[in-house]
Amino acid sequence: MSKAKFKNPVVKWIDHRLPIFSFMDHELNHYPTPKNLNYFWNFGSLAGIALVTMIITGIVLSMNYTAHVDYAFDSVERIMRDVNHGWLIRYIHMNGASFFFIVVYIHIFRGLYYGSYKAPRELLWILGVLILLLMMATAFMGYVLPWGQMSFWGATVITNLFSAIPLVGESIVTWLWGGFSVDNSTLNRFFSLHFVLPFVIVGVVILHLVALHRFGSNNPIGIDVKGTQDTLPFNPYYTIKDLFGLGVFLTIFAAAVFFFPNFMGHPDNYIEANPMVTPAHIVPEWYFLPFYAILRAIPDKLGGVLFMFGSIAVLFVIPWLDRSSVRSSQFRPIFKIFFWILLADCVLLGYLGAMPAEGIYVILSRIATAYYFFHFLILFPLLPYIEKTKPLPISISEPVLSGSSPASAFAFREKK
Amino acid sequence: MSTKSKTKNHKDEGKRDFLVVSTYAMAGIGAASFAWPLIDQMNPAADTLALASTEIDLSSLEEGQAITVKWRGKPVFVRHRTAEEIKNAQEASIDDMRDPEKDSDRVTNEKYIVLVGVCTHLGCVPLGQKSGDVKGQYGGWFCPCHGSHYDHSGRIRKGPAPTNLAVPSYEFLSDTLIKIG
Repeated sequence: MSKAKFKNPVVKWIDHRLPIFSFMDHELNHYPTPKNLNYFWNFGSLAGIALVTMIITGIVLSMNYTAHVDYAFDSVERIMRDVNHGWLIRYIHMNGASFFFIVVYIHIFRGLYYGSYKAPRELLWILGVLILLLMMATAFMGYVLPWGQMSFWGATVITNLFSAIPLVGESIVTWLWGGFSVDNSTLNRFFSLHFVLPFVIVGVVILHLVALHRFGSNNPIGIDVKGTQDTLPFNPYYTIKDLFGLGVFLTIFAAAVFFFPNFMGHPDNYIEANPMVTPAHIVPEWYFLPFYAILRAIPDKLGGVLFMFGSIAVLFVIPWLDRSSVRSSQFRPIFKIFFWILLADCVLLGYLGAMPAEGIYVILSRIATAYYFFHFLILFPLLPYIEKTKPLPISISEPVLSGSSPASAFAFREKK
Repeated sequence: MSTKSKTKNHKDEGKRDFLVVSTYAMAGIGAASFAWPLIDQMNPAADTLALASTEIDLSSLEEGQAITVKWRGKPVFVRHRTAEEIKNAQEASIDDMRDPEKDSDRVTNEKYIVLVGVCTHLGCVPLGQKSGDVKGQYGGWFCPCHGSHYDHSGRIRKGPAPTNLAVPSYEFLSDTLIKIG
């Protein structure tokens, strides 16, 4: 466990000077991981794979894309029709964005359910929220590049959010555009940033992993690892489990790419951008809908923008808002109920974001927005004073081994 | 009992090896089939291939004149040769040439010589198309980059180029209209 031994003399020679093999052996092979992780712990590695997939397909797409208002739309259509396998690469990239968000959202709700943000993993959580923010910026700018109607008007609406800032708002928007409307300069800078931000994400992901490996993964019962009896080496136990999950993920992903590639997109984006005509009903990509609903729920320009950014900002301080020392919802009966209400609330916000901003939808949006902030700002700090948590197990091994089936299976193996 | 269980274990190991090997094989096939589209997208796209032929009208090309047209992003030289140039090209002894080829094998209509205007040395465009150009010692084309001399048939006669200027595939659609590619 302590010092890795390598038989291959070349590996030995290199490792003595550059301990890259020891590092990998320590962090990917022996790395002690709680033995009770369930399949919700697959989503971190899936997110990493989604990121790599996006970077690879993105680099390839950029070889065929032209960032100019006169050519962008046509160059994307050329990718779809003329470039060898271009349709496949673009559909992977396009759906990859959606699947990246699906995986990351599940990863985040996993963290919320099992209290993975609590001490000593506050920075790990904050880095994760930072990754989410960077992903949103990257996804938004990527959606502008095909220069369809939704691209153009999405870019116009989102950049105009900054005009809500008092005094300097208009100047900031002009600065973002590099002109007086979304135009060629805007498209060029968005392409540049869309290319570079994923590498910034990779950097933050590395920090996220460094922070993770400092104390190791949280686990479904949320208590600390007490010793080696509570852990398994990452390889082969969790490499196999992650690979199996990856197989399931890729099957679903491939089904979307090959059979429903435009299901999560909007048909209006296959109409070239026209600065003279706004589509009747513009909506952002599905992964922004809950935030879009919050924006529209507030009947004030600046207020809407503040609440929308606030809905993400509040995630940064969750580790200090939740005062309970019990991590896992399994031992927090009331928290658990509210967790599911929060999840339903976010799904409802997503639905409302896709609906027109009128009538009952506006009222529901306001209620759902109010609940979202109530959950984090009031419920999180106050619940520990009311809630009576269930007794925690002594160790991870205890509930695993005292249960009838695993223990007997273990005993059976020993006898053989 | 013990031998029986041993045989059983042995069988299981074989099964396990089969599973491991077939898993690796499937993963390898999967990785390769994901990699191929990423590599193949750098090959010429359908619209690039569609532009692979060019038609040239020669009716206004007078004797002694030459024109350069673009075909697949490269220059193609067409020269309307004079009687003397044709005679020179046909009578030159091919025995001491670096890349021996008869003039008759390089033309369809002996009046017109059609060549890919890319020096076979390192890809520069030789001079000789314009009336004032240096045409080299053999009166055809001269590559200014490294000094290759080509004759009236575009054959390498002196200098570093290894082979004659390439003749693209082309056909006469009529007496004065040719299609390259």
